[in-house]
Amino acid sequence: MSTGTTKLDVVVSDVVPVNDLVTRFHFRRRDGELLPTFSGGAHVVVEMRDGDRTRLNPYSLMGSPLDTREYTISIRRDDVGRGGSLFMHRQVKPGLEMVISYPVNLFSLDLRARKHLMLAGGIGITPFMAQTAQLAGAGGNFELHYTCRTASLGTYADVLQQRHGNRVRLYHDDREERIDLDRLLSTQPLGTHLYVCGPAGMINWVRDRAAALGWPPETVHFEHFAAPQPGAPFDVTLAVSGRTIHVGGQQSLLEAIEAAGVDPPYLCRGGVCGQCETNVISYDGKFIHNDHWLSEEDHRSGCKIMPCVSRFEGKSLVLER
Amino acid sequence: MGITFRKETFRDDFSFRNSPEHIRRFPFPFNEDAYMYAVNIEPHVVGPKGSVLENLIDVDEHYVAEMQDRALVLAEDPLRCQSLPHMTLAGWDLLELLMEQQALGYPEHFTLSRDGDRWRWINRPLGIDDTFTFGDTSTLPYGPMEYITRQSQGDFCILDQRDGNLWMDAGMVTTQADWSLDFDIGMNFFEWHAPVPLAHEKGIFTRALKFLTNIQQGKPARRLNWTMTINPRLDTSPENYHKWGPDRATVTPENVGDKVHLRVELQSFWRLPRSNGIVFPIRCYLIKMDELVTQPKWARRLHRVIRDLPEELATYKGLTRYRPALVEWLSKLDDGSPTSPGFGPD
Repeated sequence: MSTGTTKLDVVVSDVVPVNDLVTRFHFRRRDGELLPTFSGGAHVVVEMRDGDRTRLNPYSLMGSPLDTREYTISIRRDDVGRGGSLFMHRQVKPGLEMVISYPVNLFSLDLRARKHLMLAGGIGITPFMAQTAQLAGAGGNFELHYTCRTASLGTYADVLQQRHGNRVRLYHDDREERIDLDRLLSTQPLGTHLYVCGPAGMINWVRDRAAALGWPPETVHFEHFAAPQPGAPFDVTLAVSGRTIHVGGQQSLLEAIEAAGVDPPYLCRGGVCGQCETNVISYDGKFIHNDHWLSEEDHRSGCKIMPCVSRFEGKSLVLER
Repeated sequence: MGITFRKETFRDDFSFRNSPEHIRRFPFPFNEDAYMYAVNIEPHVVGPKGSVLENLIDVDEHYVAEMQDRALVLAEDPLRCQSLPHMTLAGWDLLELLMEQQALGYPEHFTLSRDGDRWRWINRPLGIDDTFTFGDTSTLPYGPMEYITRQSQGDFCILDQRDGNLWMDAGMVTTQADWSLDFDIGMNFFEWHAPVPLAHEKGIFTRALKFLTNIQQGKPARRLNWTMTINPRLDTSPENYHKWGPDRATVTPENVGDKVHLRVELQSFWRLPRSNGIVFPIRCYLIKMDELVTQPKWARRLHRVIRDLPEELATYKGLTRYRPALVEWLSKLDDGSPTSPGFGPD
């Protein structure tokens, strides 16, 4: 059976510029009913119909899980990305009918935690908006450390401080404020769980320091929110369906496979969940693996690829699809 | 037209019976004349009218009697219902799911009205009319999971999902086929399945776990499982083995039809929205051989399945002692003619 999610027919109910880079989008159900309840950390996949192209990108839900009249997501404009964020910023207006997936949570709170220690970098703040709202409503113990480039780009920093007071600490790059990570990680009470969402470098830094300081791996949770990266176009043969397809420079391999009418399962479209894992039958060239699912050994073997985020350069690639 | 609830018992005088309509809707678990494990999971979608799948949470003529039996079990052994501290939110998820589904499927028996977090729940068969604050445990007589599962047929396991595994961290288990929540509480998916023979070698649990951890909200799944029970006893727990274990020595050629019951579990799997846990309802259906063989196709097929069952499975399911008497009894109802495809009666 398909492992995809059920779709929701929604209408854009509001579009709110938050700062120079980030815009917030509000969705309501077209039939006027309530949206499904979700848990903090969940994302939805937004289908963007841009002419004859369809992009599907995941975005964290950032509203309170207690309010299901609308869903809100915040999107940072990426001027050198594949165009999904530019499409959302430039073409999506209130009243537009769109399709989104049911919520999926791959960055769930561990509710056993005595304390939730959250580290956010930049737009990685969005899942914590929902998680802090959920925890605050239930009297949960949390602390959020949020790094942003400047105060004006500190998306929702003001809202978070207003809601949660000194449970939120801000660090501004332009003022050279830095998290004293080792001190922070060494002074937590027993039973603390650590959550990190932000740029890959930040996630790796936090995971490395946590490991070095003896945090058990099962207490360290992270979400990479990397969207598929653009790259050089390439051709692929799909052996099972007997097609040869062209992957455009701004298109992901998964999108190109879907455009050819083949529907591999997917959930996250961000190289994390493992659903779209695809076997490689043969290749002559070089893989550009961008996923966090396959092991290094898998990457070296040339036998598997995650088509949602990874690409290929070379003469030929044949996939079992 | 509502359900007529039977007055009956699952202990002592064992007055449990299925009405003729309920015999025909019994979820017979064999679609061919042989049985072996398979990952027989399918989407849990609404099925034909008049079947146990007519509603995703089934309420039937045994509802009131089953809830009374559950209350008796809990009075003797409160540890049949346990919820680790981090599972309260999942309990509220389950309360919402069961209230919504029962009210949707059986509006003449159950009504749920909501005004924000102020909820009113009317359960007419059990004479309950409670108003409470959703999310505030102090406004209910029990924790949310215990409250609603004292009013819902079937056992319920709530599984926490973390570290790529599922953990048995809460449940209401009083109608089980020889396993214990008190023993399994806190175990992960591989730990609590450790006693099952043959399936590990086939890699079934690794695949099943991968499937279950990817169950999505709004897309529940289901499977059937089966065993056999002597006398219509819902509570065949390890804790009460001394009460039901010896029953297996009481089967004679004369009483097979009355004493031996096919026990089918309709297991479903649902993602819970607030907690991101999974609830696993295990709904038990019982039918005695005399009732089952009123459908000639089922009589022929069950004979062939039990006769040819691999020895390990017969042992695991506890059939060894009375299997010869049962096969002999069923063989008289099997003329060797072919059975039609599918689960249902002819």
